[in-house]
Amino acid sequence: MAEDKPALPPRIALVGNPNSGKTALFNALTGSRQKVANYAGVTVERKEGLFVSPAGTKVKVIDLPGTYSLRARSPDEAVTRDVVLGRMKNEAVPDAIVFVADATNLRQNLRLALEMRQLGLPTILALNMMDAAEKQGMTVDPAELSAELGMPVVGTIAIEKGGVAGLLAQIDRTIQIAETEGWSSVQAECGWSEPSSHDLRDYHREVERILARAVQVPPRPHALTRRLDNILLHPALGLTILMAILFLMFQGVFAWAKLPMDLIDAGLSALTTLITTNMADGPLRSLLTDGVIAGVGSVVMFLPQILVLFLFIQLLEDSGYMARAAFLLDKLMGGVGLHGRAFIPLLSSFACAVPGIMAARTIENRADRIATIMIAPLMTCSARLPVYTLLIAAFVPNRPVLGGWIGLPGLVMFSLYAAGIFSGLVVAFVMKRTVLKGAREPLLMELPAYRLPRLRNVALGLYDRGRAFLTRAGTTIFALMVLVWFLASFPAPPDGATEAAIRYSVAGTIGHALEPILAPVGFNWQIALALVPGMAAREVVVGVLGTIYSLSDTGEALHSSLATILAQSWGLPTALSLLAWYIFAPQCLATLGVVRRELNSRFWPAVMFVFLSALAYGAAFATYRVSLAIFGG
Amino acid sequence: MTQDGQKLTSAALSKGAEAEIVGLDEDAVDTPLEPGELERRLIEMGLVEGARIQVLHEGFPRRDPIAIRVDDHTVALRRNEAKAVLVHLLNGAA
Repeated sequence: MAEDKPALPPRIALVGNPNSGKTALFNALTGSRQKVANYAGVTVERKEGLFVSPAGTKVKVIDLPGTYSLRARSPDEAVTRDVVLGRMKNEAVPDAIVFVADATNLRQNLRLALEMRQLGLPTILALNMMDAAEKQGMTVDPAELSAELGMPVVGTIAIEKGGVAGLLAQIDRTIQIAETEGWSSVQAECGWSEPSSHDLRDYHREVERILARAVQVPPRPHALTRRLDNILLHPALGLTILMAILFLMFQGVFAWAKLPMDLIDAGLSALTTLITTNMADGPLRSLLTDGVIAGVGSVVMFLPQILVLFLFIQLLEDSGYMARAAFLLDKLMGGVGLHGRAFIPLLSSFACAVPGIMAARTIENRADRIATIMIAPLMTCSARLPVYTLLIAAFVPNRPVLGGWIGLPGLVMFSLYAAGIFSGLVVAFVMKRTVLKGAREPLLMELPAYRLPRLRNVALGLYDRGRAFLTRAGTTIFALMVLVWFLASFPAPPDGATEAAIRYSVAGTIGHALEPILAPVGFNWQIALALVPGMAAREVVVGVLGTIYSLSDTGEALHSSLATILAQSWGLPTALSLLAWYIFAPQCLATLGVVRRELNSRFWPAVMFVFLSALAYGAAFATYRVSLAIFGG
Repeated sequence: MTQDGQKLTSAALSKGAEAEIVGLDEDAVDTPLEPGELERRLIEMGLVEGARIQVLHEGFPRRDPIAIRVDDHTVALRRNEAKAVLVHLLNGAA
């Protein structure tokens, strides 16, 4: 099948069920020598690592997405199938397979091992989590298993130092045999074809037969998981605990990330000051301070929040709780046609819609995934907070309501969040009954045994996610920020200009053109103009308003002086209208860019832009007219 | 509740009920999946003739979805798809 290629390092692919500890094994084999890229044309990540075997051979390992079958139900699983079958573009068939099986759950895992055997590639079965299996009183006879399956079998403990020694030794043996006899002679013709339900039943019977010979399982394994599930999956108690976890996560995102965010903010301000004092005023200085630093700033400013968020997601996934959360919320989310798994993407969107949309990848069904992505921007992201706080400080009197339990500003803030969530649910409900119609994708999901997350795997996972955010979203955001700077800076104001320079720029021209369209919702030209650069990132609006009103303050000082000016020059209906606008406004090019990348479509970002704009305009119009009638102009 | 003579499916089982799977019939389910796909997915989750199941947990509201122990592992599914799994009650309430 394959020609001999001794010059290149042998390439081994890790294949296994989800929850088999495959990634932990990959980490144990390769350490931090990992390279992450993308497969051409799909958004699935390609993880490759390198290690040197005990015999001194360099070996390349690729970690393939977990799957229950080579039939491939999701884009991730299709990658696994295509790589091992050699159908993936620019990707040679692996020389050998390490099949990773959860030793505590062999009945589920071995069926895929039998399917993998059809590929005709040299395959090693790694019985992972052998320690947990032994602790539960399971006994596995590797020799018997190996004889039955016709492949070498080794036990591994991916999370323990030296726990992969046996696997490394076996990899060396497999390579040595292949290199002595030639790779082509140890590989057979690929005999895989998509299994029918009949084939799957045959595999199942074969697994039962093998298990009866080689494995002894105690009557009730996973006792701790069962005890925990009695609490964590309890309809009332479980949901309460889930809400507490979500609250902690929410709290963590805002509270723990504050200090690093303040430090980054201070650092960037210091850098801006340094450049301003040491460089002559001109387009280059402006590009550096308002374009590059502001652009990099808006990416890294959110990094602490996003890392805290990713840390929670990683812990929830590694511990096995994520599947439980999806279970608990499935029916509730199902009320509006969403999948139980949609809650993490939506929750993430409260920090920033960009990682939220990226997190929607775990939803297999495309229609479910699109519905989730479409409503992600309706969850109030943290970039909207500066605008909300500014307007609330300027227009909402701080007086107690509800019998002194809560202040009016807090109540308004809460209403803004609630309005976003509520409209998101309504939009999902409508979409799932119209454009994304169809019965719901079934929920068929294993609830894995609980495991204690390991620091090293959490750290590597966090690093992966952070890097993906910076490279995918960061580059987009940065490019957009520079573009918006350009639009807001050129052409330069004429000599003797009396107003803020931005009025004469392309952005100013666009803002003026928008003014008549926005007048019916009560926006003045200052708002119309600020909305243009605000497309790069919502919070930029505050800075731009400061520029337009010719304020020289920055940071907190800008906030308070701007609030004073706005309170004097805007009517309350205008302010309320802008708040309503901001609940919906698609004021974020980065979000639209990420939607385009993630769905590989120009259509859906266009749909998102149009429906969010329409909602924003409608809500602002209604708010403006109603409050005009109540409060007057 | 199921009467005698009618086929009992795992969708009708209450918490604690134990049963043995006697067949799969995906025609009983409204699903967006291609014909044959649901049956294969069920088998891949271990829901296959001869497997012993027990309903461990019920979701909220309307006791949906359900978490069932299938031999040695646990699978979550909705009662809608559970209708495709024909069972023979071993003990507990249907």
